[in-house]
Amino acid sequence: MIPFEYRRADDVSAAVDTVARNPTASFLGGGTNLVDHLKLGVATPEHLVDVSRLPLDDIEPGPDGGLRIGATARNSDTAADPDVRSRYPVLAEALLSGASGQLRNLATVGGNLLQRTRCAYFQDVTTPCNKREPGTGCSALEGYQRYHAILGASRHCVATHPSDMAVAMVALDATVHVQGPNGSRSLPAEELHRLPGDEPERDTVLEHGELITAVELPPLPFAANSAYRKVRDRASYAFALVSVAAALDVDDAGTVRDVRIAFGGLAHKPWRAHRAEAALRGGPATDDRAARAAEAELENAEPLAGNAFKIPMARGALTATLRRLSPLPTTR
Amino acid sequence: MTRSIERVAAVGTAPERVDGRAKVAGKAPYAYEHPVERPAYAHPIQATIAAGRVRGIDTARALAVDGVHTVLTPDNAPPLRRGQDAELEILQAPDVAFRGQIIGCVVADTPEAARHAADLVAVDYERRDHDVTLASDRPDLYRPGEVSHEADTEDGDVDAALAGAAARVEAEYRTARNHNNPLEPHTTVAVWDADGLTLYDSTQGVHSLRSAVAEVFDLDESRIRVLAPYVGGGFGSKGTAHAHVVLAALAAKRMSGRPVKLALTRQQTFTLAGYRTPTVQRVALGADTDGRIDALAVDVVEQTSRVKAFAEQTALPSRTMYAAPHRRTTHRMAALDVPVTSWMRAPGVCPGMFGPEVAMDELAERCGLDPIELRLRNEPDRDPETGKPYSTRNLAECLRGGARRFGWDARPAAPRQTRQGEWWIGTGVASSTYPVHHAPGSAARIERRADGRYHVGVGAVDIGTGAWTVLGQIAADALGVDREDVVVTVGDTALPFASVAGGSSGTTNWGSAIVAAAHGFRARFGDDDPPAGSEHTESAPENPDTERFAMHAFGAQFAEVHVSADTGEIRVPRLLGVFAAGRIVNPRLARSQFLGGMTMGLSMALHEEGVMDERLGMVVNHDLAEYHVATNADVPSVEAEWIDEHDPHVNPMGTKGIGEIGIVGTAAAVANAAYHATGVRVRELPVTADRFLTA
Repeated sequence: MIPFEYRRADDVSAAVDTVARNPTASFLGGGTNLVDHLKLGVATPEHLVDVSRLPLDDIEPGPDGGLRIGATARNSDTAADPDVRSRYPVLAEALLSGASGQLRNLATVGGNLLQRTRCAYFQDVTTPCNKREPGTGCSALEGYQRYHAILGASRHCVATHPSDMAVAMVALDATVHVQGPNGSRSLPAEELHRLPGDEPERDTVLEHGELITAVELPPLPFAANSAYRKVRDRASYAFALVSVAAALDVDDAGTVRDVRIAFGGLAHKPWRAHRAEAALRGGPATDDRAARAAEAELENAEPLAGNAFKIPMARGALTATLRRLSPLPTTR
Repeated sequence: MTRSIERVAAVGTAPERVDGRAKVAGKAPYAYEHPVERPAYAHPIQATIAAGRVRGIDTARALAVDGVHTVLTPDNAPPLRRGQDAELEILQAPDVAFRGQIIGCVVADTPEAARHAADLVAVDYERRDHDVTLASDRPDLYRPGEVSHEADTEDGDVDAALAGAAARVEAEYRTARNHNNPLEPHTTVAVWDADGLTLYDSTQGVHSLRSAVAEVFDLDESRIRVLAPYVGGGFGSKGTAHAHVVLAALAAKRMSGRPVKLALTRQQTFTLAGYRTPTVQRVALGADTDGRIDALAVDVVEQTSRVKAFAEQTALPSRTMYAAPHRRTTHRMAALDVPVTSWMRAPGVCPGMFGPEVAMDELAERCGLDPIELRLRNEPDRDPETGKPYSTRNLAECLRGGARRFGWDARPAAPRQTRQGEWWIGTGVASSTYPVHHAPGSAARIERRADGRYHVGVGAVDIGTGAWTVLGQIAADALGVDREDVVVTVGDTALPFASVAGGSSGTTNWGSAIVAAAHGFRARFGDDDPPAGSEHTESAPENPDTERFAMHAFGAQFAEVHVSADTGEIRVPRLLGVFAAGRIVNPRLARSQFLGGMTMGLSMALHEEGVMDERLGMVVNHDLAEYHVATNADVPSVEAEWIDEHDPHVNPMGTKGIGEIGIVGTAAAVANAAYHATGVRVRELPVTADRFLTA
């Protein structure tokens, strides 16, 4: 850990201004990821601007009938919010599946979106890692791959994004509000994170100094019928091998009117499963169709030697999740 | 037989821990917390190559950090006595024998400055190709000569008996590299003064640590004092001195009188505190049509560090578990460029009961027998290894009693029969065992003081097991007084010698010493309360029965396993262990020991695996986020029971040791239950979701 200067931000503009002007400055939210990285030497900011106490923690109805969640709302508060629980249960479940009670009490919505990969090599500064130190190589490519990507990876990086919450938000078509030195902008949650390509050091499309101020969930009535399934080696306090966020709208005849699906644990970003959604619409949500939808999504998967199991695991996770959301008994 | 305690009043009751209140109130000082005058803080510098030598170390930037006093390196470290224990002889040569080896140390006014400066040290290495690959077909495997038991045994003609067997199982089983992770980190506070060295250390044995440190610093033991009043878990990793203890003492020596505190980080624990070798176990069982085992072979391959040979005694339990006229056990080791392997809860026995107990499950199926019935049919009359009678052996009672309690009768014989929703459900069983270890020499001092109480001093260490409490119960009965009239003191080399808290032998060794001292005290001063100042010290006598009998605890482990048909996820909603471990001194604390062992066994079954990246020569998942140990959510129901076993031979208390048996056999029971649930036989730990998925 290098010595650093700590400052608590008084307002959003000042925080943005301070960080934007200083390339060695970094925002600090709940600190549940960044503080680890400070200790490990993975992150070496010389200035920390603590934004966790900015007045951005409201969870309130959005202008279009959706729900606006402030960036400093704590994960535990967000998961416990009555609107989140009743209207977007997938988000509450995703939040509660992550970390531990103590960590969720600290972690913020903005920080959760921006947490970095848990790739073991990324977190060990004595090993090569293109994400941490561009140009040094990817240790995971021929190494320990259990938690690594099967979709959208590159030869420069096969890391996965570890957030559960982000997977639910991507499935829900959330919008991320950002304030930067040149004003504010909004972007779809699905476009916040990027694939590694040849710039794996960049996790998101945000520029230095841009601060997430809120996440807005659109009104999506059938999201009340949504769920999150996290497949992991340990029953709690483990990152996902594979996860699925899904919302399902089925008509009285059992036909899928609409569906939202995103996968976690498969890629450098939360993976919105548009192909699987398309494959499911217009027919019943049976186990067979769910499995085929997953296969359609995973058609271009490129598993590594150590994680080919993620394909059947993702298929099974989607099948199990849709079964849970399906009003009709399904055949197996 | 040594004289038993005559009155059993406190023994068998369930008082709470005498140290419990201090611990939950934060008033029990652990090693690092001992207040010392103006401490400096040491942070190790570790090798980032797995083999080679340090050509040069540039410490300029580190020394420039505010508050940094010195950087110890192989170039400037104080000399140590060499030739005894290479693990401890640090900074004496530039050689690097494993990645993570200590090659230096920063000493500073704050731990933060020390750690920061350690990151700034630039090391120039001369690398050589490292070799960290454990494989059973390596040409350089060797038979360990320095183990405490014979490396190999052979009786009869195993191969011929196998060839002629009506039912046969021959398979390879693997256990993973497991890492001890006690909650309290490995810490040392070292203080040199005119009298010598004082160490506050998180250790399982103050006297054994003192011996090791005296050796390497070439000091008389009388000049070293080691204190460890409270220790937050060890699981074997604090049973022998590791390099950081020497490093702290070296750093303090360099600081000429200023105390030095050193705490290993969690990541450092994975390379510097010992770990359990991965094992490859080739198991062969041959039986007749009735399931009577005729031939049994266990051939083990495992690893050791090139720095220091340590032979995990993996095949040991197979020598005594089941009757079989033709038997063979072997150990072969690969010496690799890896950190030092060492003790981890039930060394040898724990991994060694995985392969054979899964093989028993497979043999039961081949023979068309219930796995419990197969085990019952192979109960030996005498210890197959030594031919001696058992002092007590109640495996059969554990299996039968456990079966009743667990509801074993309702179990379908065939695998893959029970499904609830997405979950396949199965149950499994495995035997458990642990030897009764005796270590000579422990002594206890008993003094009646002016407060009217009997003060019992023994240099034992309570590593969280409850020894402190249990020893008071034993002393009370041995003296014939109430427990409230006894005050026990442990954890200090100023107290009479005590053996290490290891091998589940603490109660045996220290309790025997206390009983001997109490009887000597009464013989000397009479049965009435003698005047204050009356004092007597005595060692535990030899127990001639250890030569006449084979002494082991036994148990049966039952597991219910659920495996998701969709995702392969495996969960264990129910574990039951039934143990025959002699007299239980304190049911409350004993239950905790059994449950803790079983939970650790479950963790070994489902989670624990140090993943070696052979290119880098390092374990990559070296923290508790990536190296999984079982959480509360993984153990919904763990129950431990025991049978009322009276063993007059083991020691005066009739106890057998309970710290380790709980971990033995659990993983096999889980793997057997997973097979029963799914029909998928997993022979390699850990048993993870991917094993149950097919593309």
